[in-house]
Amino acid sequence: MPTLNIIQAVNDALRQEMRRDPTVVILGEDVGKFGGVFRASQGLQEEFGKDRVIDTPLAESGVIGTAVGMALYGLRPVPEIQFADFIFPAMDQIVSEVAKFRYRSGGQYTCPMVIRTPYGGGIRGGHYHSQSPEAHFIHTAGLKVVVPSNPHDAKGLLTSAIRDPDPVLFFEPKRMYRAARGEVPDGEVVVPIGKARVTREGRHVTLIAWGAMWHEADQAAREAADLGIECEVLDLRTLQPLDIDAIVESVQKTGRAVVVHEAPRTCGFGAEISALIQERCFLHLEAPVARVTGFDTPFPYTLESEYLPRAPRILKAVREVMAF
Amino acid sequence: MSETRNEQLAVLESMVRIRRVEERLAELFTQGNIPGFIHVSIGQEAVAAGVCSGLGPGDSVLTTHRGHGHAVAKGIELRRFMAEIYGRQNGFCKGRGGSMHVADRNVGVVGANGIVGGGLPIALGTALASQYRGEKTVTVCFFGDGASNEGTFHEALNIAALWSLPVVFCCENNSWAQFTPQSSYMKVTSVAQRAAGYGMPGTCVDGSDVTQVRAAAREAVERARSGGGPTLLECKVLRWQGHYVGDAQKYRAPDDVKEARTHDPIRSYAEVLGAAKVLEPGDLEKIEQCVKAEIDDAVAFAAASPMADPADLLTDVYA
Repeated sequence: MPTLNIIQAVNDALRQEMRRDPTVVILGEDVGKFGGVFRASQGLQEEFGKDRVIDTPLAESGVIGTAVGMALYGLRPVPEIQFADFIFPAMDQIVSEVAKFRYRSGGQYTCPMVIRTPYGGGIRGGHYHSQSPEAHFIHTAGLKVVVPSNPHDAKGLLTSAIRDPDPVLFFEPKRMYRAARGEVPDGEVVVPIGKARVTREGRHVTLIAWGAMWHEADQAAREAADLGIECEVLDLRTLQPLDIDAIVESVQKTGRAVVVHEAPRTCGFGAEISALIQERCFLHLEAPVARVTGFDTPFPYTLESEYLPRAPRILKAVREVMAF
Repeated sequence: MSETRNEQLAVLESMVRIRRVEERLAELFTQGNIPGFIHVSIGQEAVAAGVCSGLGPGDSVLTTHRGHGHAVAKGIELRRFMAEIYGRQNGFCKGRGGSMHVADRNVGVVGANGIVGGGLPIALGTALASQYRGEKTVTVCFFGDGASNEGTFHEALNIAALWSLPVVFCCENNSWAQFTPQSSYMKVTSVAQRAAGYGMPGTCVDGSDVTQVRAAAREAVERARSGGGPTLLECKVLRWQGHYVGDAQKYRAPDDVKEARTHDPIRSYAEVLGAAKVLEPGDLEKIEQCVKAEIDDAVAFAAASPMADPADLLTDVYA
């Protein structure tokens, strides 16, 4: 079985789905001839031609709007927004059109598409090459939100997303693009949307994370084990629809939960997860649900190591919920 | 290109239908039969009727908050159209869209849109999908002069020209963006002038003259259909009424409104057809009767339709 990194896995999924389904079309800034700024679509224009891997002007609203029209008329567009920070000019199209077309047209029109976008900090990208805007989209009914943490899931989830009848925001952890490597089968890999994965079993604390933060949570769990604290680690993989059953099952067992995300704390997805846990696991809880998150600030440039919830900060929260 | 008598009468009938539908909508709204708010295009009917007269059922239309006319001219079924505006269960959108979001996939009405300029980039995609499949269908995107100041206008026109997409950008310029006159929000006097900046043809016609609208639209649609790319077609019209039904238009000089109402696209086309002996005595009355019967039937259907079903609140969000 080949060992791939996340970028290679994304490329593999795109190639296989384009071979399988002639309605799959990629579009975005520098995705064609150049192969994408992170090389996710490298070689695809050579194989599938300029009509299926389309270089666009720098026009995020135009790109997503184009994808909307394509999707309404039977194509499966996979637009790329080069950095998740650049998604905001397309916000109106995503929130007002992509998310709502099925509902507002009474189901006459559907808008299946996958908006791929690299997100997250840790690459010294500064304010606008580092953010994690997933909560905006989880908050918008009609969208699905998927965040893989590793190459296998990147391939399997992207495959599912492209086949999904609903629009999917596909956030790729760019800090882990080449750092996360793993075995990925050559052929079809399908990871269902809406299913979390328990990546480590434990009986004391449930660590809930996704994307790049899963790696930090996993590291914190290893260090906690040295202190005799057994963490169960959940990689959510899909944020909307959320696999609440997996969270409930784990927290009912451990009685403690720590949610980790890069995005700012207030109204981050951790707040929703925390609310759901108290609604469903109240009598099982041994401690308040803890959140380890980015701060309520713009994303910093030089202080990103302090901003991001790295393993030591997660471990501190684990010890606090244990000591409560 | 010579037109048959039937084609000319159909255009006249289409304008009459739009006028009477909107007059009825305004009346029903004022009586409290229609929830929300209503924007009518009375006085602007020549644009919808003229442009849509050159389209086929496979062609797509995107329209605006002032979009009843475009949908009606494109052939939307009046019963379910009316039921939608009434917010009823068997409206085209199950009563979820209302006046500003009517859509009918069967006749290519991709949708009205409550976001000004929201439809412009979507038109790129419907056109691209058509081009991708090798079909010969075109997309017409209606928008207003106000929308031409939105960023989506710039992005959409640049991309459409770049990719030679089969789109007609039809700016229905009534010289008002809500309550503000055009001179207060743009330096140029004609939206069509902006076409040059994108490398596409731009044409400006008198949008109260349906003959002019038809000729310009025919040329633009033909260009799009034959692979010649997009056109920016500006139709200058006069808004007889306010931004919404119930708008007293106190921000507008009374003479301005009076002057607007002297430009009646229906009356002037009827005169042209009358002078050419195309419209014979009694023809207009017949059209009016026929349209009235259709509208009466649609209103009765809508009024008798069940209210939107609370059980539907949570459906169609996802597949």
